[in-house]
Amino acid sequence: MRETATRRRERLVGLVTRGPYEVWAVLFILVPLVFTAYYAFTDDSFAFTTENITKFFTATSVVEGSGTVHTYLLILWRSLKLAIISTVVCLLLGYPLAYIISRASPKAQKIMMTFIMIPMWMNFLIRTYAWMTILQDTGILNNLLNALGLGTVHIIGTETAVVIGMVYDYLPYMVMPIYSVMAKMDDRLLEAARDLGCSGSGVLRRVVLPLSMPGVINGITMVLIPSVSTFYISQKLGDGKFFLIGDAIEGQYTANNLHFAAAIAFILMVLLLAAMMLMRRLTNKKVYGGT
Amino acid sequence: MKKIIELKGVTKSFDGETVLDNISLDIYDNEFITLLGPSGCGKTTTLRLIGGFEAPDAGDILFMGQRINDVPPHKRNVNTVFQRYALFPHLNVFENVAFPLREQRVPKEEIQERVENMLSMVALKGFEHRSVTRLSGGQQQRVAIARALISHPQVLLLDEPLAALDLKLRKDMQQELKNIQKATGITFVFVTHDQEEALSMSDTIVVMSERKIQQIGTSVDVYNEPQNAFVADFIGESNILDGMMLADLSVSFSGQTFVCVDKGFGKNEPVDVVVRPEDVDIVPPEKGMLTGVVTSVTFMGVHYEVIVDIGGFKWMIQTTDFVDVDERIGLYIEPDAIHIMKKSEYSGLYGDYSSFSNELDELSDAESEPDE
Repeated sequence: MRETATRRRERLVGLVTRGPYEVWAVLFILVPLVFTAYYAFTDDSFAFTTENITKFFTATSVVEGSGTVHTYLLILWRSLKLAIISTVVCLLLGYPLAYIISRASPKAQKIMMTFIMIPMWMNFLIRTYAWMTILQDTGILNNLLNALGLGTVHIIGTETAVVIGMVYDYLPYMVMPIYSVMAKMDDRLLEAARDLGCSGSGVLRRVVLPLSMPGVINGITMVLIPSVSTFYISQKLGDGKFFLIGDAIEGQYTANNLHFAAAIAFILMVLLLAAMMLMRRLTNKKVYGGT
Repeated sequence: MKKIIELKGVTKSFDGETVLDNISLDIYDNEFITLLGPSGCGKTTTLRLIGGFEAPDAGDILFMGQRINDVPPHKRNVNTVFQRYALFPHLNVFENVAFPLREQRVPKEEIQERVENMLSMVALKGFEHRSVTRLSGGQQQRVAIARALISHPQVLLLDEPLAALDLKLRKDMQQELKNIQKATGITFVFVTHDQEEALSMSDTIVVMSERKIQQIGTSVDVYNEPQNAFVADFIGESNILDGMMLADLSVSFSGQTFVCVDKGFGKNEPVDVVVRPEDVDIVPPEKGMLTGVVTSVTFMGVHYEVIVDIGGFKWMIQTTDFVDVDERIGLYIEPDAIHIMKKSEYSGLYGDYSSFSNELDELSDAESEPDE
């Protein structure tokens, strides 16, 4: 009797604690996804159609110098390229940073993580505007370079500027998951590796890297997805010269082409999901495969 | 015997707190040496200094006569079995054991052969592809030992390797470790706070307390001839009494004069007298050298543990004879059961069973709670 009462209580507690999350997940994750898919496969009168999807792959336009191109495939390619570059830069910067933070004293860890988070407290638009004033031809950076007699660099309106903006905005999303995995890594494992004959780089390659892989994958996911679908950064720092897939979605929405906007979003989602699954499978095999 | 490791006047402190104070220790080839002491005595730090994970603030560490103070761990021919094993969770049993060989770029076939041999030595054949996270504590322990031994180190350091195992398994592993040490001829430096473990396994015991080495000797030495009250109390049970050396072979304590086997002390020199609980015979009061009243009797399985009040000092006696609480008994002590020690900073701190409780003793022993 007592046991069933306990079990009933446990179930109740589970329901109460999990319940709100489940409601939240359905309302804000599942419902929007279903709607996106629904809009993607319907026309203005909500009749089923695959026209929106085919339009994405077939629409062409004439671009100066390149002749006729597949409009959206080109935009997608450009978005993917910039997003991948940004993600790689974030990884190259964020990984060592996360490692250094995770090996510091607990107090230093807290301080350093706070510094990583502080930029996130500022509004995203303000951060992007700040980069505009820094990178402009007559901006802070160039004033500084001029003062030092190093001449002027033209950055604003280039892909470099867009990448700088994305890296700045998304770096914390790379550092945090890697850091949280590394902070949990037992120091003794690193000592054991040293003890068993690994040099410093050997420890990194054979122990730290494989053990931090789940964090790396999460970090890549958390940076790649927002940077592939970003639109504002490219508009402001790219001088509107780099029309990205996010811009396309935004443009279609503001032009009230909800169904086509949903189709682009849906295709992007499917692509990212496939990429993530592939990456997870590959790393799982490599890292946890044993012999 | 050949010295393999020497510590010379080694001092180490962390954040201004000294954890090792001017320690000197010789470790010989092919011996099973145990660093024994309560937690915080500096035994693990000593091990980490030998392993290369810490560098001494002062003093030298020599390996076969060569100074190795600044040699990093991976360049020392010394391997460690860590307290919680520190197995690599991303590798299976085979790869954990093969880890050092892969680093040395040993040919594949040789790795296969050596790992297989090592796994059969530690009785883990057939577990090659098992994930180390799905092994029992004892099995993880064996993997850790196999991994540490596979590259043929000259010295194996073991940091409380059995602390997380249950009693039965611990006894088996003690025997097994001892056998492995004999079979491989590798010097084992073993750290433990368990005196029974130390006594049963070691060729040499180094008793440590409060940043210092208290005594170095064989198991029999440190048990029968403890250097001071700390050692006498920490290793086994001891009644430690204030006494006075009247002359060679004659000592007085508890208001009586006893014949003993110690000499070379000054006339009327105050000393600490150690009488082991198992060396006391219970006799009728009229035949006793001392008499007292039994205050508690605990059945321990093999023997009874009897606490006797003799003139306000509580003695512990281990006996197979049954006596009752409040019974008046006599104590008979043979001359060679009396061990005399010089007075030390530890005099008067240990050896009285007034506040004795088995339960408390066990609580203080459990400094590292088992994992499972």
